Amino acid sequence: MIKWQKNMVKIGALATIVLALAGCSTAKSNGSGQGNNPGKTIKIGVNMELSGSAAGYGQQQKQGIQLAVNKINKTGGIKVGNTKKKIQLVVRDNKTSNTTAASVAAQLVNNDKVVAVVGPAATNAGTASIPNMTKAQVPSVSPSATDPGYTLQKNGDVQKYIFRACFQNNFQGSSAAKFMTSNLKAKNVAILTDNSSDYGTGLTKAFKKTYTGKVVSSQTFQEGDKDFNAILTSLKHKKIDAIYAPGYYSELGLIIKQARQAGINVPIVGSDGMADAKLAKIAGNSNTNNVYYTTPFSTKSGETNTLAAAFLKTYQAKYHTTAPTFSALAYDSVYMIKSAIESEKSANSVKITAGLAKITDFKGVTGTITMNKNHNPEKSMTIEKLTDGAVSQAYTIK
Amino acid sequence: MQTFGQQLINGLSLGSIYALLALGYTMVYGIIKLINFAHGDIYMLGAFWGYYVINQLHFNFIWAMLSAMVFCALLGVIIEYFAYRPLRHSPRITALITAIGVSFLLENGMTYLFTANTRSFPQVIKTVTYHLGGLRISNIQLLILGTACLLMLLLELIIKRTKMGRAMRAVSVDPEAAQLVGININHTISFTFALGSAMAGAAGVLIGLYYNSIDPLMGMTPGIKAFVAAVIGGIGSVPGASVGGFLIGLLETGVQAIGLSAYKDAVVYFVLIVILLVLPAGIFGKKTKEKV
Repeated sequence: MIKWQKNMVKIGALATIVLALAGCSTAKSNGSGQGNNPGKTIKIGVNMELSGSAAGYGQQQKQGIQLAVNKINKTGGIKVGNTKKKIQLVVRDNKTSNTTAASVAAQLVNNDKVVAVVGPAATNAGTASIPNMTKAQVPSVSPSATDPGYTLQKNGDVQKYIFRACFQNNFQGSSAAKFMTSNLKAKNVAILTDNSSDYGTGLTKAFKKTYTGKVVSSQTFQEGDKDFNAILTSLKHKKIDAIYAPGYYSELGLIIKQARQAGINVPIVGSDGMADAKLAKIAGNSNTNNVYYTTPFSTKSGETNTLAAAFLKTYQAKYHTTAPTFSALAYDSVYMIKSAIESEKSANSVKITAGLAKITDFKGVTGTITMNKNHNPEKSMTIEKLTDGAVSQAYTIK
Repeated sequence: MQTFGQQLINGLSLGSIYALLALGYTMVYGIIKLINFAHGDIYMLGAFWGYYVINQLHFNFIWAMLSAMVFCALLGVIIEYFAYRPLRHSPRITALITAIGVSFLLENGMTYLFTANTRSFPQVIKTVTYHLGGLRISNIQLLILGTACLLMLLLELIIKRTKMGRAMRAVSVDPEAAQLVGININHTISFTFALGSAMAGAAGVLIGLYYNSIDPLMGMTPGIKAFVAAVIGGIGSVPGASVGGFLIGLLETGVQAIGLSAYKDAVVYFVLIVILLVLPAGIFGKKTKEKV
């Protein structure tokens, strides 16, 4: 509750700053109230964390977006009514800063006249750009903003122009809790949360709500931390059956490495921020055992999902590595916009918004997606198990 | 007791890295009264240098570390020459802001060239964990502690026993008088930057090996923590920086050990505030009278 209020204060303060910075950075209300229209091409904006602390994830998403756009343009573009129009990407860096994200949003909708935006990657930056997107009536699809409140207004109504391609935290956190109780039979757990992002804290909140066992210890860390030995040593002599650690691969890789070296061999369960081949590289293959994470996209899904198989193949060919989850989500974000344009037969931004809200049974790389009334995609959840650094098993949770 | 011993080992390994970094801050401050905020980024560059020479040129660990020290020393001299030397006689705040600018340039330049992705450092030395009476200590932790202590000892010898070291101390006391007795200020300052940066370079390679993860922004937090360590030890004092580094490492570990991991950074900064209030010159700092 307090956090919510704090966020509101933050957003309020931000809005004031944005307004104070005069016309150049606020979205001008379109007189006709019709949003942006496409020109010869369909302009899609990318408001992304390409530098700063979240740049690692932002860059992966940019790769996914680029791949999707290249593929669509190769086949002539998007069918709008009777003509085919190519996509023109306008990529702008929000530097992982909330204020910059808001002004990037304004630039994209006012100056570049984009009809839809992909991004931002993080909930905080995404929330900061909502006012400008709403004012200009241009929809945005975030590949990875997972905070439950992201697509909602203060009063609980849906944010009309805000969509996401990923799960919201509640679903991911509660799935992990259920999995740990029923599959891992864990009665006592320790929680290690990345508390520098809404992502980590949100997941922990959702996890605690659903988990019925005992939380023996709840500790936090910061993004960029490299030394977890102290926390892990203090956990070693407590009786725990498993560790729940929602966060990103850069820190989780180190946690796994240091836990195993300290002789803690209980299962470590995390979230989709871990779904990256670099996790095992950082942790070391021999340490990456008994590790699980919830993810919308499994590299194993290529075995059952032909779209995912094709995506994995093109990604591998272009970037010479296995596609990370963030790229897959970003790839789907572009295709969701495409499907909205095709179903509405118009690339007007207001029409695209309507199309996005109506997405049903959209076949994506990360599963079959139906947009619910709160603009959260409904799709099935996968839990992957890592053994010796490689995915050895995948559990599907509906 | 076992847990306590284990946490002591954790704290000392972490502290030795802070100490190595704090030395660079303290030496540069001692000689030209500049807080070199780019110091943490030199440490990052040392880690990247290690990454490349091990991966591309197949250096072994010792050579990687020595070459990183040379590389960072050169870099420190170049940065001093281009960024700080032209500002030697301008207000201190100008130089300070320039230091922040250099830090941004290095961080974002590296992000541009090598992307912000976290990389895994090549493991040239296989981790072996020794069990000593219930305690676990790895060969890498021993290596870090050993190297850090050796380098600090070496530094102390250079400053106290060599001609250049004497020149450094002279310049830090009174640059003009030093010049009058024939000390080349520019050379002495360059040498100081080289020494401090070499320590940072060594710390970078050690950290890379220990944590197996490097990225262009890795210097930010350790840089600030090391600065705090230097201030707590008494900025300008070389033994103070070493002690300050170990203190910060132990403090951080202790706070996490009692379950207050969320406040570990806050406690470090709180201690900084207390030290500044109670002992403004730091633990080993000399009180100096300022003539007004």
